[in-house]
Amino acid sequence: MTYSNPESLERIAREHLAELESRTEPLKPKERLRIPPQVMPEQPPEERRHNIREVALGYGPAQARLEALRCLQCKNAPCVEGCPVRIDIPSFIRAIAENRPEEAIAIIKRNSILPAICGRVCPQETQCQAPCTVGKSLKNIAAAVSIGRLERYAADWEREMGRAKPPEVKPETGRKVAVIGSGPASITVAADVRREGHAVTMFEAFHKPGGVLLYGIPEFRLPKRIVEEEIETLRKMGVEIRTNFVVGRTRTLNDLLEKDGYDAVFIGAGAGLPKFMNIEGENLVGVFSANEYLTRANLMRAYDRERARTPIYPSRKVAVLGGGNVAMDAARMALRIGAAEVHLIYRRTEAEMPARVEEVAHAKEEGVQFHLLQNAKRILGDEYGRVRGIELLRYELGEPDDSGRRRPVVIPESELVMEVDTVIVAIGNEPNPLIRQTTPGLQIARGGTLVVDEDGRTSIPRVFAGGDIVLGAATVILAMGEGRRAAAAINAMLAEK
Amino acid sequence: MHRIVEKKVLSDEVFLYRIEAPLIAESRKPGQFVIVQTDTEYGERIPLTIADADPVAGTITLIFQVVGDATHRLAALPEGGVIENVLGPLGRPTHIEHVGMVVCVGGGIGVAPLHPIAQAMKRAGNRLIVILGARTEKLIILESEMRALSDEFILCTDDGSRGRKALVTEPLREVCARTPKPDQVVAIGPPIMMKAVSETTRPFAIPTIVSLNSIMVDGTGMCGGCRVTVGGQTRFVCVDGPEFDGHEVDFTNLMQRLRTYKPFEDQAHERCHLELQIQELKKHA
Repeated sequence: MTYSNPESLERIAREHLAELESRTEPLKPKERLRIPPQVMPEQPPEERRHNIREVALGYGPAQARLEALRCLQCKNAPCVEGCPVRIDIPSFIRAIAENRPEEAIAIIKRNSILPAICGRVCPQETQCQAPCTVGKSLKNIAAAVSIGRLERYAADWEREMGRAKPPEVKPETGRKVAVIGSGPASITVAADVRREGHAVTMFEAFHKPGGVLLYGIPEFRLPKRIVEEEIETLRKMGVEIRTNFVVGRTRTLNDLLEKDGYDAVFIGAGAGLPKFMNIEGENLVGVFSANEYLTRANLMRAYDRERARTPIYPSRKVAVLGGGNVAMDAARMALRIGAAEVHLIYRRTEAEMPARVEEVAHAKEEGVQFHLLQNAKRILGDEYGRVRGIELLRYELGEPDDSGRRRPVVIPESELVMEVDTVIVAIGNEPNPLIRQTTPGLQIARGGTLVVDEDGRTSIPRVFAGGDIVLGAATVILAMGEGRRAAAAINAMLAEK
Repeated sequence: MHRIVEKKVLSDEVFLYRIEAPLIAESRKPGQFVIVQTDTEYGERIPLTIADADPVAGTITLIFQVVGDATHRLAALPEGGVIENVLGPLGRPTHIEHVGMVVCVGGGIGVAPLHPIAQAMKRAGNRLIVILGARTEKLIILESEMRALSDEFILCTDDGSRGRKALVTEPLREVCARTPKPDQVVAIGPPIMMKAVSETTRPFAIPTIVSLNSIMVDGTGMCGGCRVTVGGQTRFVCVDGPEFDGHEVDFTNLMQRLRTYKPFEDQAHERCHLELQIQELKKHA
């Protein structure tokens, strides 16, 4: 795709919008379908691969309105069905089209408390945008209305205008709720429970709250100031945030319930142990989990070599294993840290990649080299135990497996060696082990996730859970949806007593 | 915020800090550690073992050696100053039980985490032999405390400046060769020492616990930076350890992994020295 600069995108949109506004007749569906999908303004690839700043710059007002005018306002609203938290999408889009961003954000916030974040990181192409009638009519899912970008536009507008207000909090009830973790599920629960007037304490093991939004998702995709503002909103609502507090060790979950007087506990402790491939050479120096690599770069700010005290491995040639968002994040971060070459290795094809389409496109534009239908067989080391290469095997796609994706089948004797000095493993996480290790009676599913009912109740009374610790590795929006349901159940339980 | 209630210089490079950390003081058990970060914005997180705790005073005792940038910055804090972030207690506690005769082998700074384990082993009714080793007299720590706990106490230095001129493995081999032989060995010190201790006890088939200090970021099982190879399996020091069967640990791999950031650390340490010198000069100017 050719690069267009942000100013010209907005200028062209302005002209187009003026032309449409000069007409007196309302737009017909056919005319709406003819409006070109608005391209997201971005930093140029050759520049951004050397800086940490956000890649996508956001629509200007004219681009946003023009994109919003593409929406057909379908009565049956298939997009809403695709949204895990069922935002009233046609209504908020209409408000943007009619230049009422304040109303747009109010509509979104009825269902989502983190629109600036979800607008940036949701996999819209598999959720709200997948069933979009515009995309279907144009026979191109990429041409669906950019619902996520419009959501971001409305949220950014509110923040930049200084209009964001903390939600109202009802009078104190005297009830206390503990929220373990401070990622998207926990933020949602903290806000929803606090709104009802219950005291909320949020416990975070790291020195800063935000969870995966802070340590995992890079600055270039989700600026940290946005996360910080969401946390600040919680503080303004009166949520107490305790960092450096690891439930299971500093206090146990039972201590919180029995000794510290919490009436309910929500466990949103997120992902834990990074998965490795269990292949030869995986503990060589220069092999990292994506969690470690990204935490050093994001939370510990190792990209800022002048000021950060936390080291990050000085790589020249990097192999990243995996095809999800975390793999893309790690690959793109490695470029920004200074790697000359980054190779992404995935054992299926691009069609099966779980990463957002936009992240894959961004990675390619920035120069990440994709090696599809290949997988690591073993990692090779030198005499100092440092990575010197990776041996790969080629694959072909066979019959579909349980996930419906075609199963990769190894091609015998197809070994090849790639010289690299760093290997980053991004093939997922297992749930955090600490709470299950230290909480007797907590029912665990196979794979280590917590077992909950549809309202997020665990096997222990008054204890709820949600997010990755229940779902395995999932998305921000799903975590938020789970948080919503659990918060509603906690509020209902506390109202009864 | 954790106030440094007491700061003692144990030797040129070794410091004892007693810091306010009431929750950790209450819940910590022998064998556990904390993660310390002096500066929230840009500081590095480093694991340090807990040498002692006073739940009544709400303090824990950390003993650390200045080895790089982060420990240097920590050492530069004054008594009464604060450490911004302390997380813990982390890791699985030591399994303490009455087994009979226990030999505790401590090397250098490793004596700090060994101290609470020795205390607990003694309290559990074990006969306690303590072997302490250091490069030189100046680097011996907690000698009187350890001596007071032990039924038999052996001190050695590499250079013979105090105690027996030997590596800890020499007296250890003699102790292992006695009848009855010890029932358990606990060794904490530099990896090379723990490796040598494990090799010494292996022919005697004496269960040997070692406590590993590895590179870590979060300390709660999220980053995987602390992984070690134990019995051919990958284990995480922060949630599976820090203690492992010394006969199963791949020490060569551990030592290689500990050097992952060596060039960076040396450079940072150098820079840190310079910055601290400049500060000092400014203070006097």
